Amino acid sequence: MKIAIASGKGGTGKTTVAVNLVLSVEGMQLFDCDVEEPNCNLFLGQELEKVEDVSCPVPVIDSDKCTLCGKCATFCRYNALAALPTGIMVFPFLCHGCGGCGLVCPEGAVQEEPRVLGVVEKGKTTAPLEFYRGLLNIGEAMATLVIRTLQEHIDASRPAIIDSPPGVACPVIAAVGNADYCVLVTESTPFGFHDFKLAVEVVKLMKIPFGVVINRDGLGDSRVEDFCRAEKIPILLKIPNDMRIARLYSEGIPFVEEMPGWKEKFAAMFKAIESGSESGVMNA
Amino acid sequence: MKICVTAKDKGMDSGIDPRFGRCAYFVIVDSESGSVNSFENTALDASGGAGIRAAEAVANLGAEALLTGSVGPNAFSILSEVGIEVRIGIKGTVADALNAYREGKLEAIDSPNASAHAGMK
Repeated sequence: MKIAIASGKGGTGKTTVAVNLVLSVEGMQLFDCDVEEPNCNLFLGQELEKVEDVSCPVPVIDSDKCTLCGKCATFCRYNALAALPTGIMVFPFLCHGCGGCGLVCPEGAVQEEPRVLGVVEKGKTTAPLEFYRGLLNIGEAMATLVIRTLQEHIDASRPAIIDSPPGVACPVIAAVGNADYCVLVTESTPFGFHDFKLAVEVVKLMKIPFGVVINRDGLGDSRVEDFCRAEKIPILLKIPNDMRIARLYSEGIPFVEEMPGWKEKFAAMFKAIESGSESGVMNA
Repeated sequence: MKICVTAKDKGMDSGIDPRFGRCAYFVIVDSESGSVNSFENTALDASGGAGIRAAEAVANLGAEALLTGSVGPNAFSILSEVGIEVRIGIKGTVADALNAYREGKLEAIDSPNASAHAGMK
Protein backbone atom coordinates (compact mmCIF):
# COMPACT_ATOMS: atom_id res chain seq x y z
CA MET A 1 0.00 0.00 0.00
CA LYS A 2 1.27 3.47 -0.96
CA ILE A 3 0.28 6.35 1.31
CA ALA A 4 1.11 9.90 0.25
CA ILE A 5 1.46 12.67 2.84
CA ALA A 6 0.46 16.04 1.35
CA SER A 7 -0.79 19.38 2.65
CA GLY A 8 -1.32 22.33 0.38
CA LYS A 9 0.38 24.86 2.66
CA GLY A 10 4.04 24.25 3.41
CA GLY A 11 5.27 23.81 6.96
CA THR A 12 2.14 22.12 8.29
CA GLY A 13 3.98 18.94 9.31
CA LYS A 14 4.11 16.55 6.33
CA THR A 15 7.63 15.43 7.15
CA THR A 16 6.79 15.17 10.86
CA VAL A 17 3.87 12.85 10.07
CA ALA A 18 5.81 10.85 7.44
CA VAL A 19 8.87 10.25 9.61
CA ASN A 20 7.00 9.48 12.82
CA LEU A 21 4.65 7.15 10.94
CA VAL A 22 7.41 5.06 9.36
CA LEU A 23 9.16 4.78 12.73
CA SER A 24 5.94 3.47 14.33
CA VAL A 25 5.29 0.54 11.99
CA GLU A 26 7.65 -2.34 11.16
CA GLY A 27 8.97 -2.91 7.64
CA MET A 28 8.08 0.46 6.10
CA GLN A 29 9.62 2.23 3.12
CA LEU A 30 9.91 6.02 3.09
CA PHE A 31 10.26 8.07 -0.12
CA ASP A 32 11.10 11.74 0.30
CA CYS A 33 9.53 13.19 -2.86
CA ASP A 34 9.99 16.83 -1.83
CA VAL A 35 12.94 16.81 -4.22
CA GLU A 36 13.53 20.56 -4.15
CA GLU A 37 14.10 20.47 -0.40
CA PRO A 38 14.13 16.89 0.91
CA ASN A 39 14.34 17.09 4.70
CA CYS A 40 13.27 13.68 6.05
CA ASN A 41 16.90 12.77 6.60
CA LEU A 42 17.34 15.64 9.05
CA PHE A 43 15.32 13.39 11.38
CA LEU A 44 16.65 10.00 10.24
CA GLY A 45 20.33 10.92 10.07
CA GLN A 46 21.11 8.11 7.65
CA GLU A 47 24.28 7.91 5.61
CA LEU A 48 23.17 8.21 1.98
CA GLU A 49 24.51 6.60 -1.19
CA LYS A 50 23.71 7.43 -4.80
CA VAL A 51 21.41 4.97 -6.55
CA GLU A 52 21.18 6.65 -9.95
CA ASP A 53 21.33 9.95 -11.80
CA VAL A 54 18.07 11.35 -13.09
CA SER A 55 18.47 12.68 -16.59
CA CYS A 56 16.29 14.24 -19.23
CA PRO A 57 16.87 13.35 -22.92
CA VAL A 58 17.51 16.65 -24.74
CA PRO A 59 17.79 17.15 -28.52
CA VAL A 60 21.07 17.51 -30.35
CA ILE A 61 20.74 18.59 -33.99
CA ASP A 62 22.82 16.95 -36.70
CA SER A 63 23.46 20.01 -38.88
CA ASP A 64 24.53 17.83 -41.84
CA LYS A 65 21.06 16.29 -42.02
CA CYS A 66 19.00 19.32 -40.90
CA THR A 67 17.26 21.22 -43.71
CA LEU A 68 16.04 24.03 -41.37
CA CYS A 69 12.39 23.15 -42.01
CA GLY A 70 11.61 24.23 -38.45
CA LYS A 71 9.09 21.45 -37.69
CA CYS A 72 10.89 20.60 -34.44
CA ALA A 73 10.69 24.18 -33.15
CA THR A 74 7.05 24.57 -34.18
CA PHE A 75 6.18 21.35 -32.36
CA CYS A 76 7.91 22.21 -29.07
CA ARG A 77 5.32 23.70 -26.72
CA TYR A 78 8.04 24.62 -24.22
CA ASN A 79 9.90 26.66 -26.85
CA ALA A 80 13.13 24.78 -26.21
CA LEU A 81 14.10 24.96 -29.90
CA ALA A 82 14.43 27.95 -32.20
CA ALA A 83 14.62 27.56 -35.99
CA LEU A 84 16.84 30.40 -37.22
CA PRO A 85 18.15 31.21 -40.69
CA THR A 86 21.57 30.12 -39.39
CA GLY A 87 20.55 26.84 -37.77
CA ILE A 88 18.50 25.27 -34.99
CA MET A 89 19.33 26.58 -31.51
CA VAL A 90 18.54 24.33 -28.54
CA PHE A 91 17.70 25.58 -25.03
CA PRO A 92 18.17 22.42 -22.94
CA PHE A 93 16.92 24.01 -19.68
CA LEU A 94 13.44 24.40 -21.19
CA CYS A 95 13.28 20.86 -22.61
CA HIS A 96 10.90 18.43 -20.90
CA GLY A 97 12.35 15.42 -22.71
CA CYS A 98 9.17 14.39 -24.52
CA GLY A 99 11.05 13.37 -27.67
CA GLY A 100 8.44 15.01 -29.95
CA CYS A 101 11.03 17.01 -31.91
CA GLY A 102 12.72 13.79 -32.97
CA LEU A 103 9.40 12.22 -34.00
CA VAL A 104 8.35 15.13 -36.23
CA CYS A 105 11.78 15.60 -37.88
CA PRO A 106 11.46 14.30 -41.46
CA GLU A 107 15.25 14.07 -41.88
CA GLY A 108 16.17 12.07 -38.78
CA ALA A 109 18.40 14.98 -37.75
CA VAL A 110 17.41 15.04 -34.06
CA GLN A 111 19.53 12.89 -31.77
CA GLU A 112 19.12 12.84 -28.00
CA GLU A 113 21.64 13.04 -25.23
CA PRO A 114 20.95 12.76 -21.49
CA ARG A 115 21.16 15.91 -19.37
CA VAL A 116 21.50 15.13 -15.65
CA LEU A 117 19.16 17.21 -13.50
CA GLY A 118 19.01 15.33 -10.24
CA VAL A 119 19.82 12.18 -8.32
CA VAL A 120 18.10 9.36 -6.43
CA GLU A 121 19.75 8.47 -3.12
CA LYS A 122 19.20 5.67 -0.64
CA GLY A 123 19.88 5.33 3.07
CA LYS A 124 22.63 2.79 3.78
CA THR A 125 20.69 1.44 6.77
CA THR A 126 17.85 -0.81 5.67
CA ALA A 127 16.38 -1.64 9.10
CA PRO A 128 14.04 -0.68 10.69
CA LEU A 129 13.02 1.16 7.52
CA GLU A 130 14.14 1.60 3.97
CA PHE A 131 14.69 5.22 2.95
CA TYR A 132 14.99 6.76 -0.51
CA ARG A 133 15.02 10.37 -1.54
CA GLY A 134 15.24 12.44 -4.72
CA LEU A 135 17.31 15.57 -5.05
CA LEU A 136 16.79 18.08 -7.85
CA ASN A 137 19.93 20.01 -8.83
CA ILE A 138 19.96 23.70 -7.94
CA GLY A 139 18.57 25.87 -10.74
CA GLU A 140 16.59 23.04 -12.34
CA ALA A 141 12.81 23.26 -12.69
CA MET A 142 11.67 19.75 -13.56
CA ALA A 143 10.94 18.15 -10.20
CA THR A 144 8.41 15.74 -11.70
CA LEU A 145 11.02 13.68 -13.55
CA VAL A 146 13.04 13.18 -10.34
CA ILE A 147 9.88 12.24 -8.44
CA ARG A 148 8.78 9.70 -11.05
CA THR A 149 12.24 8.13 -11.20
CA LEU A 150 12.38 7.97 -7.39
CA GLN A 151 9.01 6.22 -7.20
CA GLU A 152 10.23 3.46 -9.53
CA HIS A 153 12.12 2.17 -6.47
CA ILE A 154 8.95 1.49 -4.48
CA ASP A 155 8.65 -2.19 -3.56
CA ALA A 156 4.92 -2.78 -4.05
CA SER A 157 4.92 -5.81 -1.73
CA ARG A 158 5.52 -3.59 1.32
CA PRO A 159 3.89 -0.43 2.66
CA ALA A 160 5.42 2.78 1.33
CA ILE A 161 5.07 6.30 2.69
CA ILE A 162 5.51 9.15 0.20
CA ASP A 163 6.44 12.55 1.64
CA SER A 164 5.09 15.04 -0.94
CA PRO A 165 6.21 18.55 -1.80
CA PRO A 166 3.98 21.42 -0.61
CA GLY A 167 1.48 23.15 -2.88
CA VAL A 168 -0.91 21.65 -5.42
CA ALA A 169 1.14 21.99 -8.63
CA CYS A 170 2.81 19.43 -10.93
CA PRO A 171 5.33 18.05 -8.38
CA VAL A 172 2.47 17.24 -5.98
CA ILE A 173 0.45 15.56 -8.73
CA ALA A 174 3.54 13.46 -9.59
CA ALA A 175 4.10 12.56 -5.92
CA VAL A 176 0.54 11.61 -4.95
CA GLY A 177 -0.58 10.43 -8.40
CA ASN A 178 -0.32 6.70 -7.89
CA ALA A 179 -0.92 6.57 -4.15
CA ASP A 180 -3.63 4.32 -2.73
CA TYR A 181 -4.41 6.82 0.01
CA CYS A 182 -3.54 10.40 0.81
CA VAL A 183 -3.08 11.88 4.29
CA LEU A 184 -3.57 15.65 4.24
CA VAL A 185 -1.72 17.38 7.06
CA THR A 186 -3.05 20.79 8.01
CA GLU A 187 -3.28 23.33 10.79
CA SER A 188 -6.41 25.25 11.71
CA THR A 189 -5.18 28.71 10.72
CA PRO A 190 -6.63 30.90 7.94
CA PHE A 191 -3.71 30.16 5.62
CA GLY A 192 -3.60 26.47 6.52
CA PHE A 193 -7.34 26.12 5.93
CA HIS A 194 -7.26 28.00 2.62
CA ASP A 195 -4.58 25.75 1.14
CA PHE A 196 -6.09 22.63 2.74
CA LYS A 197 -9.25 23.19 0.72
CA LEU A 198 -7.17 23.40 -2.48
CA ALA A 199 -5.48 20.12 -1.57
CA VAL A 200 -8.89 18.52 -0.90
CA GLU A 201 -10.01 19.54 -4.40
CA VAL A 202 -6.91 17.95 -5.91
CA VAL A 203 -7.26 14.56 -4.20
CA LYS A 204 -10.98 14.47 -4.98
CA LEU A 205 -10.27 15.15 -8.66
CA MET A 206 -7.65 12.41 -8.64
CA LYS A 207 -10.11 10.05 -6.91
CA ILE A 208 -7.65 9.19 -4.14
CA PRO A 209 -9.24 8.26 -0.81
CA PHE A 210 -8.03 10.65 1.88
CA GLY A 211 -8.18 11.64 5.52
CA VAL A 212 -6.78 14.47 7.61
CA VAL A 213 -4.17 14.93 10.32
CA ILE A 214 -4.57 18.18 12.25
CA ASN A 215 -1.15 19.34 13.42
CA ARG A 216 -0.55 21.94 16.13
CA ASP A 217 -4.05 21.18 17.34
CA GLY A 218 -5.23 23.90 19.73
CA LEU A 219 -3.69 26.63 17.60
CA GLY A 220 -6.10 28.84 15.67
CA ASP A 221 -9.76 27.88 15.66
CA SER A 222 -12.09 25.02 14.74
CA ARG A 223 -12.56 25.82 11.05
CA VAL A 224 -10.76 22.71 9.76
CA GLU A 225 -12.76 20.39 12.01
CA ASP A 226 -16.03 22.10 11.14
CA PHE A 227 -15.25 21.75 7.44
CA CYS A 228 -14.26 18.08 7.78
CA ARG A 229 -17.43 17.29 9.71
CA ALA A 230 -19.59 18.99 7.09
CA GLU A 231 -17.77 17.26 4.22
CA LYS A 232 -17.59 13.89 6.04
CA ILE A 233 -13.80 13.83 5.83
CA PRO A 234 -12.27 11.55 8.47
CA ILE A 235 -9.88 13.13 10.97
CA LEU A 236 -7.23 10.46 11.42
CA LEU A 237 -5.11 12.05 14.13
CA LYS A 238 -4.60 15.27 16.04
CA ILE A 239 -1.08 16.28 17.08
CA PRO A 240 -1.24 18.91 19.84
CA ASN A 241 0.48 22.30 19.70
CA ASP A 242 2.95 21.06 22.31
CA MET A 243 6.22 22.73 23.34
CA ARG A 244 7.91 19.37 23.84
CA ILE A 245 7.08 18.21 20.30
CA ALA A 246 8.33 21.54 18.93
CA ARG A 247 11.57 21.29 20.91
CA LEU A 248 12.26 17.73 19.71
CA TYR A 249 11.54 18.85 16.14
CA SER A 250 14.04 21.69 16.46
CA GLU A 251 16.64 19.16 17.61
CA GLY A 252 15.91 16.84 14.67
CA ILE A 253 14.45 14.10 16.89
CA PRO A 254 11.25 12.31 15.74
CA PHE A 255 8.93 12.78 18.71
CA VAL A 256 7.70 9.15 18.74
CA GLU A 257 11.20 8.20 19.92
CA GLU A 258 10.90 10.29 23.09
CA MET A 259 7.20 10.48 23.86
CA PRO A 260 5.64 7.16 24.85
CA GLY A 261 2.23 6.35 23.45
CA TRP A 262 2.66 8.14 20.13
CA LYS A 263 4.02 5.10 18.26
CA GLU A 264 0.79 3.32 19.12
CA LYS A 265 -1.26 6.26 17.85
CA PHE A 266 0.58 6.39 14.52
CA ALA A 267 0.43 2.59 14.20
CA ALA A 268 -3.33 2.68 14.87
CA MET A 269 -3.75 5.33 12.18
CA PHE A 270 -1.83 3.17 9.71
CA LYS A 271 -3.93 0.09 10.58
CA ALA A 272 -7.13 2.06 10.11
CA ILE A 273 -5.99 3.32 6.68
CA GLU A 274 -4.75 -0.12 5.62
CA SER A 275 -7.97 -1.86 6.62
CA GLY A 276 -10.18 0.88 5.20
CA SER A 277 -11.93 1.29 8.54
CA GLU A 278 -11.22 5.02 8.70
CA SER A 279 -13.81 5.40 5.88
CA GLY A 280 -11.65 7.69 3.74
CA VAL A 281 -13.54 10.04 1.46
CA MET A 282 -13.27 8.89 -2.13
CA ASN A 283 -15.27 11.19 -4.33
CA ALA A 284 -17.80 13.22 -2.41
CA MET B 1 17.71 47.82 -43.78
CA LYS B 2 14.80 46.26 -41.87
CA ILE B 3 14.24 47.72 -38.42
CA CYS B 4 11.90 46.01 -35.91
CA VAL B 5 10.09 48.00 -33.19
CA THR B 6 8.12 46.27 -30.40
CA ALA B 7 4.63 47.78 -30.22
CA LYS B 8 1.22 47.54 -28.61
CA ASP B 9 -0.60 47.71 -31.95
CA LYS B 10 -0.04 47.82 -35.74
CA GLY B 11 1.56 50.65 -37.68
CA MET B 12 3.76 53.71 -37.24
CA ASP B 13 1.39 55.56 -34.88
CA SER B 14 1.05 52.66 -32.44
CA GLY B 15 2.42 53.04 -28.92
CA ILE B 16 5.64 51.12 -28.29
CA ASP B 17 5.77 48.12 -25.94
CA PRO B 18 9.00 48.06 -23.91
CA ARG B 19 8.80 44.26 -23.43
CA PHE B 20 10.37 42.20 -26.18
CA GLY B 21 9.15 38.61 -25.72
CA ARG B 22 5.62 39.54 -24.71
CA CYS B 23 4.90 42.60 -26.85
CA ALA B 24 1.72 42.46 -28.97
CA TYR B 25 3.21 43.37 -32.38
CA PHE B 26 6.48 43.62 -34.23
CA VAL B 27 6.37 46.63 -36.56
CA ILE B 28 9.01 46.19 -39.26
CA VAL B 29 10.09 49.23 -41.22
CA ASP B 30 12.28 48.98 -44.29
CA SER B 31 14.49 52.09 -44.23
CA GLU B 32 15.20 51.93 -47.98
CA SER B 33 11.71 51.34 -49.38
CA GLY B 34 9.85 52.97 -46.50
CA SER B 35 7.43 50.02 -46.29
CA VAL B 36 5.81 49.31 -42.92
CA ASN B 37 4.62 45.82 -42.00
CA SER B 38 3.12 44.74 -38.66
CA PHE B 39 3.26 41.16 -37.39
CA GLU B 40 1.40 39.71 -34.42
CA ASN B 41 3.71 38.25 -31.78
CA THR B 42 2.42 34.70 -31.33
CA ALA B 43 4.72 34.22 -28.32
CA LEU B 44 2.65 36.72 -26.32
CA ASP B 45 0.72 34.06 -24.41
CA ALA B 46 3.43 31.38 -24.23
CA SER B 47 3.67 29.76 -20.80
CA GLY B 48 7.45 29.85 -21.12
CA GLY B 49 10.15 30.58 -23.66
CA ALA B 50 8.31 33.62 -25.08
CA GLY B 51 11.59 35.46 -25.69
CA ILE B 52 12.92 32.50 -27.69
CA ARG B 53 9.84 32.31 -29.89
CA ALA B 54 9.80 36.12 -30.37
CA ALA B 55 13.50 36.28 -31.27
CA GLU B 56 13.04 33.41 -33.69
CA ALA B 57 10.20 35.31 -35.39
CA VAL B 58 12.18 38.56 -35.64
CA ALA B 59 15.19 36.69 -37.04
CA ASN B 60 13.06 34.95 -39.67
CA LEU B 61 11.41 38.25 -40.65
CA GLY B 62 14.87 39.41 -41.67
CA ALA B 63 15.22 42.27 -39.19
CA GLU B 64 18.73 43.70 -38.88
CA ALA B 65 18.03 46.00 -35.94
CA LEU B 66 15.65 45.64 -32.98
CA LEU B 67 14.39 48.69 -31.06
CA THR B 68 12.81 47.72 -27.75
CA GLY B 69 12.90 48.22 -23.97
CA SER B 70 14.28 45.02 -22.50
CA VAL B 71 15.64 41.70 -23.72
CA GLY B 72 16.16 38.60 -21.57
CA PRO B 73 19.03 36.10 -21.73
CA ASN B 74 17.51 33.43 -24.03
CA ALA B 75 16.19 35.97 -26.54
CA PHE B 76 19.49 37.83 -26.50
CA SER B 77 21.47 34.69 -27.31
CA ILE B 78 19.37 34.22 -30.46
CA LEU B 79 19.59 37.88 -31.52
CA SER B 80 23.36 37.89 -31.14
CA GLU B 81 23.69 34.51 -32.92
CA VAL B 82 21.84 35.93 -35.92
CA GLY B 83 23.65 39.27 -35.68
CA ILE B 84 20.70 41.56 -35.00
CA GLU B 85 21.70 44.93 -33.52
CA VAL B 86 19.75 45.54 -30.28
CA ARG B 87 18.91 49.08 -29.12
CA ILE B 88 16.95 49.94 -25.97
CA GLY B 89 15.22 52.96 -24.43
CA ILE B 90 12.32 53.47 -26.85
CA LYS B 91 9.45 55.80 -25.85
CA GLY B 92 6.20 57.11 -27.36
CA THR B 93 5.14 55.74 -30.75
CA VAL B 94 6.85 53.51 -33.30
CA ALA B 95 7.61 56.66 -35.34
CA ASP B 96 9.20 58.27 -32.24
CA ALA B 97 11.36 55.17 -31.73
CA LEU B 98 12.59 55.25 -35.33
CA ASN B 99 13.41 58.97 -35.10
CA ALA B 100 15.34 58.38 -31.88
CA TYR B 101 17.25 55.56 -33.59
CA ARG B 102 18.14 57.72 -36.61
CA GLU B 103 19.32 60.47 -34.28
CA GLY B 104 21.55 57.96 -32.44
CA LYS B 105 19.71 58.43 -29.16
CA LEU B 106 19.07 54.75 -28.43
CA GLU B 107 21.61 52.80 -26.40
CA ALA B 108 23.12 49.69 -28.00
CA ILE B 109 23.47 46.64 -25.70
CA ASP B 110 25.79 43.67 -26.03
CA SER B 111 24.28 41.58 -23.23
CA PRO B 112 20.73 40.95 -21.93
CA ASN B 113 19.28 43.82 -19.88
CA ALA B 114 16.43 41.85 -18.24
CA SER B 115 16.19 38.60 -16.30
CA ALA B 116 14.26 35.55 -17.47
CA HIS B 117 10.48 35.95 -17.07
CA ALA B 118 10.77 39.75 -16.56
CA GLY B 119 8.12 40.35 -19.24
CA MET B 120 5.53 38.39 -17.24
CA LYS B 121 5.46 40.92 -14.40
